[in-house]
This record gives sequence, structure tokens and C-alpha cells, in this order.
Amino acid sequence: MSVATAVEIAGLKLKNPVMTASGTVGFGEEYAPYLDLSKLGALVIKTVTLRPRAGNPPPRIAETPAGVLNAVGLQNPGVEVLVRDVLPRLARFEVPVIVSIAGETVDEYARLAARLEGVPGIAALEVNISCPNVKAGGIAFGTHPDMAAEVVAAVKRHTGFPVIVKLSPNVTDIRTIALAAAGAGAGALSLINTLSGMVIDVERRRPLLGNVSGGLSGPAIRPVAVRAVWQVYQAVNLPLIGMGGIMTARDALEFIMAGARAVAVGTANLVNPGAAGEVAAGLARYLEEQGIADINELVGVAHRAEGGTAD
Amino acid sequence: MSHVLNCKIISHRRVGADCRRLVLAAPQVAQAARPGQFLHVRCGGTADPLLRRPLSIHDVDQEQGLVTLLYRVVGRGTALLAARRSGERVNVLGPLGRGFAPPPAHRRVALIGGGLGIAPLLFLARELVKEEREVWVFHGARTAVELGCADFSVLPVQLLVATDDGSAGHAGSVVGLFRESAAKMRPDWVAAAGPHGMLRVLTSEMRRLDLPGEVSLEERMGCGIGGCVCCSCRIGAPGNWQYRRVCADGPVFAAAEVVWE
Ligand SMILES: Cc1cc2nc3c(=O)[nH]c(=O)nc-3n(C[C@H](O)[C@H](O)[C@H](O)COP(=O)(O)OP(=O)(O)OC[C@H]3O[C@@H](n4cnc5c(N)ncnc54)[C@H](O)[C@@H]3O)c2cc1C
Ligand SMILES: Cc1cc2nc3c(=O)[nH]c(=O)nc-3n(C[C@H](O)[C@H](O)[C@H](O)COP(=O)(O)O)c2cc1C
Repeated sequence: MSVATAVEIAGLKLKNPVMTASGTVGFGEEYAPYLDLSKLGALVIKTVTLRPRAGNPPPRIAETPAGVLNAVGLQNPGVEVLVRDVLPRLARFEVPVIVSIAGETVDEYARLAARLEGVPGIAALEVNISCPNVKAGGIAFGTHPDMAAEVVAAVKRHTGFPVIVKLSPNVTDIRTIALAAAGAGAGALSLINTLSGMVIDVERRRPLLGNVSGGLSGPAIRPVAVRAVWQVYQAVNLPLIGMGGIMTARDALEFIMAGARAVAVGTANLVNPGAAGEVAAGLARYLEEQGIADINELVGVAHRAEGGTAD
Repeated sequence: MSHVLNCKIISHRRVGADCRRLVLAAPQVAQAARPGQFLHVRCGGTADPLLRRPLSIHDVDQEQGLVTLLYRVVGRGTALLAARRSGERVNVLGPLGRGFAPPPAHRRVALIGGGLGIAPLLFLARELVKEEREVWVFHGARTAVELGCADFSVLPVQLLVATDDGSAGHAGSVVGLFRESAAKMRPDWVAAAGPHGMLRVLTSEMRRLDLPGEVSLEERMGCGIGGCVCCSCRIGAPGNWQYRRVCADGPVFAAAEVVWE
């Protein structure tokens, strides 16, 4: 049986719903020996900022129960290097590239969008308003509905690319931010970014991470992420990209059934560099085994009343 | 070229005090590996503990396709690994990183290992001996028993040992031993691995002696292949350094370029 795995996100057609989560595979190049990038729905690359960022002092990563805490601090070479050196190199991978952007001010987001406008090799922008590891900007925009809307509107004014907004779970009600982003013109929502957390090094009696606190990811946060997708699916009529602890196709199915049209694989790449490809292959296999013709039939299926018919 | 491989355990022995020598059947790794490179090892099979553990390649037998790791049991990951038996398979990713690159002109090489920093130096010594260079190995450990983790007797090298408790060789640090011996042996290049504190003292000693060389650094690591930029260290000159990735830009760096905290 041939199954349809293609999905559409904010006008962007993807051959399957599996992407990489920003920041977990760099610009993708390091992963090419282990992962056929052309078999992914999209490659979401490390968040870039207007100017280069050195990132936080080490240690930047700590292992936690079934997860990791990271505090990279958006280390990146800046948007100029991205446009000049990186994007041209990525063309050979034949995968839609989604560029993640973050600013310290609304104006920086706008200038990033303007700088990237029309640049070849970009399929969409992901607006990161949810990084917990930087002092200015980042998560500040993702925790106030008005500020989130302001950032999204500013980006929208300067770009013709589809705009995906990446939401933080570090809020009282993620639906309020989702609604604000949708109202300001977001074409799709990514959720979730990492949960703020910290670890104390008991031997040294000090915080373990150089940045003191960090962002929690991996299987430990999966139930939190699935719940966020479930809630936002009910509240907002936008395509959702679900992520948080996806290690296998089965994990990805949880997100899809909760309402995600696409999924992103993050921390799993740190453990198994082939993980995203395996998730994509596993989803196709599941459809075949279950006799489901099109993956879109599964999106949000868990919301439908038992015994009820698909809408 | 590195790979994700499920390697069969050929032997797995306790050595030294709390160390293990793990021999894996890994022909691809044995062919490709350079001294100073490491394997990123999946110690357990589940999501907890989640991350791989970086372990230096201790020795390689290309003919038989074998790769040896030498590690100390320090926490959950290494304890899980230590429980694996011969015949079982271990998932590894590698060989990874940029290894030692002793310039051919240098003929008198000192290898200095503190604790498990000795691990990558056996493989390096083997290569240097092949190239007919003169090799001194300085091995420092806490006790005489711990020195037993590595066996250099198979190679024509001069071995000098130091223990913290004085139970064998020089009583005190391996850097102290090196300092005492340097004038006599007149090395022209140094390779070292070990704890931060030791490497920091050693590199200032190397600067004083105007001795070039390389050191292998350790930092908490995520992917091991350069994607997540978690294992950063400071490389350059004081006041003008950049974060570089231990996994992909290192773990071996020019000693003079490491900017210590
Ligand atoms: C390039 C490289 C090569 C290494 N080679 C060897 C070797 O040949 N033999 C050996 O015994 N040890 C080596 N180490 C150190 C070894 O990786 C750690 O001892 C090991 O990861 C500890 O894991 P654990 O689960 O037992 O300890 P835990 O303390 O439970 O580990 C918790 C987390 O901290 C990390 N971690 C703890 N200590 C270190 C450390 N010193 N360096 C980096 N990460 C650490 C672990 O990887 C894990 O993510 C090397 C480290 C690096 C970076
Ligand atoms: C090491 C690391 C770096 C990350 N960097 C970024 C980043 O630059 N931008 C971003 O939007 N999210 C970043 N994230 C968050 C992930 O994209 C993802 O939202 C989160 O980790 C949850 O998914 P996971 O559990 O599958 O990793 C990072 C996560 C990790 C583990």
C-alpha cells in the first residue's frame, strides 16, 4: 500500500512531517554523514541573531533523569555569515531549510526578517521567542501575549516567507501566547521550546551549568509537550509543529494524534544522529501497518469523541 | 569517516583500582582511528541515562579489527557500561574528534598522562614508536594500584611514574616529575591528557620551557559531532579567545592556545 506522508504547514509543502528541532543539529552539515537530510520534511537550523553570539560559559549541558538541561546561549555566527556562507552550502542537501531567528528587541527581529527577505535557500522563518538561556530578549517575548504579538507583527511586515512562531512552555497558559501569535499573523506554531530548570553540583556545592540555569528537553518533558499541543490545538486554528522528547515514531504519533501536523526531533539527535530519519521511516511504516492512506487523517484524532466519525 | 556501530565485546576486564579495559570488535574504527580520537559510547540501552559518554581510544589492533577503551567507573553511565559482558554488543559512535598531530620534525616526545588521561597515550605511543621517535611516558595516578590500569611494557618507551601517595615512583604530581626530568631528557614536543588542574600547571610549565605540544581536553558533551555546541572550551589568547567545540574542533588542542578559566 502506498501511503501519503506529505503535510502542508503555512503554505509550505513538506514530503513528510518530520523536522529537526532548532539548535540540536547545528546547521545540519555535521549530521549529513549519519542522516539523509533529503528524507526529512524540513531542516530547522540553529537560531541566528543579528550579530555573532559567543554563547554561555561551560558547562553548557547537564544530564537529568531521561533528559538534558542545556544553556548554550544561542551561540551562532550571526545572520551575515548565515546568508553568505551557510545557506549556499545547505542547497546540496535538497531539504527545505527553515531559519530560526531571535532578537533582543522587536527591532532586531524586524531587521533579521528584512535581512533574510528573498534570500535563496530559505523555505520559512521560525521566530524563536522562547529561548530561556539568554539574558535579553528571547523568552521575554514568549511570555507576554502583547510582546509576542508585537514581534510576530514586526516580522510579518518584513518577510514574505511563511512565519512559524516557536512557543515557550514557561507560561501560565500557553494558549494565550498562541492566540496572540495567531492574531498577529503567524502561519504556524512550533511547540515546545525547553522548560526552564537547574541542577546543583553537590560535590562543588554550586550550580552545575555555567549559566546557572538552563532549558530542559528530552523524554522527560514529552508529557508536558503533548499536553501543550493538545491545548493549543483546541484553542487556535493553525498548523502545529509538535516537539519535546520525541525519540521514536511512536512518540511522534502522540503529538500528531494530539493535534500536531508536523513534529520536530531534538534531543534524540544528540543520542542517535540518525534519529530524525528513523522517525520519518517509522511513521510511514505505521501508516502501512494500520492501513491509513494519509497521515493527515491522524492529525488531532485523539480529540474526536470515541465512536465518533472523523470530520 | 565515523559510524554508529553495534560492537561486540571481545573482552572486558577490571584493571587498576576501579578501571575497566574494554575490547570491542570494530574493524571500521580500527582502520580509521587516529590517536587522541574518542568513541561516544551508549552505556545503557534506555532513555535514562540518556546521553552517550565520550571515551578515548586507548589502543587499536588494525589486523584483528579491535579497539580498546580504558575507563574509570565514576558515575551511572560508566557503572552501566562496566556491567556489560563479553559477547554483548555496545553501541558506539566514532571515531570522533581531532586527534594528536605531532609534527614530523619533533623526534623526542614526552607523553604525560594524569589519571585516566593516560588512556589516549598508549595508542599515541604506539604510533610514535612506529615512526621511530623517542618516547617518554609520564604516568601519574593516586596510588600504585591505579597505575596498573595501563600497560606500556609492550612498547619500547621509557616509563616514569608518579603517585600522589608515594606508593610507587615519584611521590607527588606527574607534572612535578616531568619538571625534574625535562632537563635531562630534553623533549622537543609534549602530548598530555588529564584533569584540568594538571593540564593547566603543565601548560604553564611548557610555556616556561618554550616547549610546543598538544593537550586533550574534557568537557561535558552532547552530540559528540559538533551539532549542539555544548562542549565548549576557550581557545586563542587571553583576552582574544573563542569558544571551540571539544568534540569536533578538539579534543586535542595546541597547548599554547588553551585559555584556562
Ligand atoms: C574527549 C573525552 C575523552 C575521555 N576519555 C576518557 C577515557 O578514556 N577514560 C575515562 O575514564 N574517561 C574519559 N573521559 C571522561 C568520561 O567521559 C567521563 O568520566 C564519563 O562521561 C562519566 O560518565 P558517568 O555516567 O560514569 O558519570 P556521571 O558523573 O554520572 O556523568 C554525568 C554526565 O556528566 C558527564 N561527565 C562526567 N564527567 C565528565 C568528564 N570528566 N568529562 C566529560 N564529561 C563528563 C557525563 O558524560 C554525563 O553526561 C573522557 C572525556 C572526554 C570529553
Ligand atoms: C542543545 C540544545 C540547543 C537548543 N537550541 C535551540 C535554539 O537555538 N533555538 C530554539 O528555538 N530551540 C533550541 N532548542 C530547543 C529545541 O529546539 C526543542 O524545542 C526542545 O529541545 C524540545 O525538544 P526535544 O525534547 O526533542 O529536544 C535547543 C535544545 C537543545 C537540547
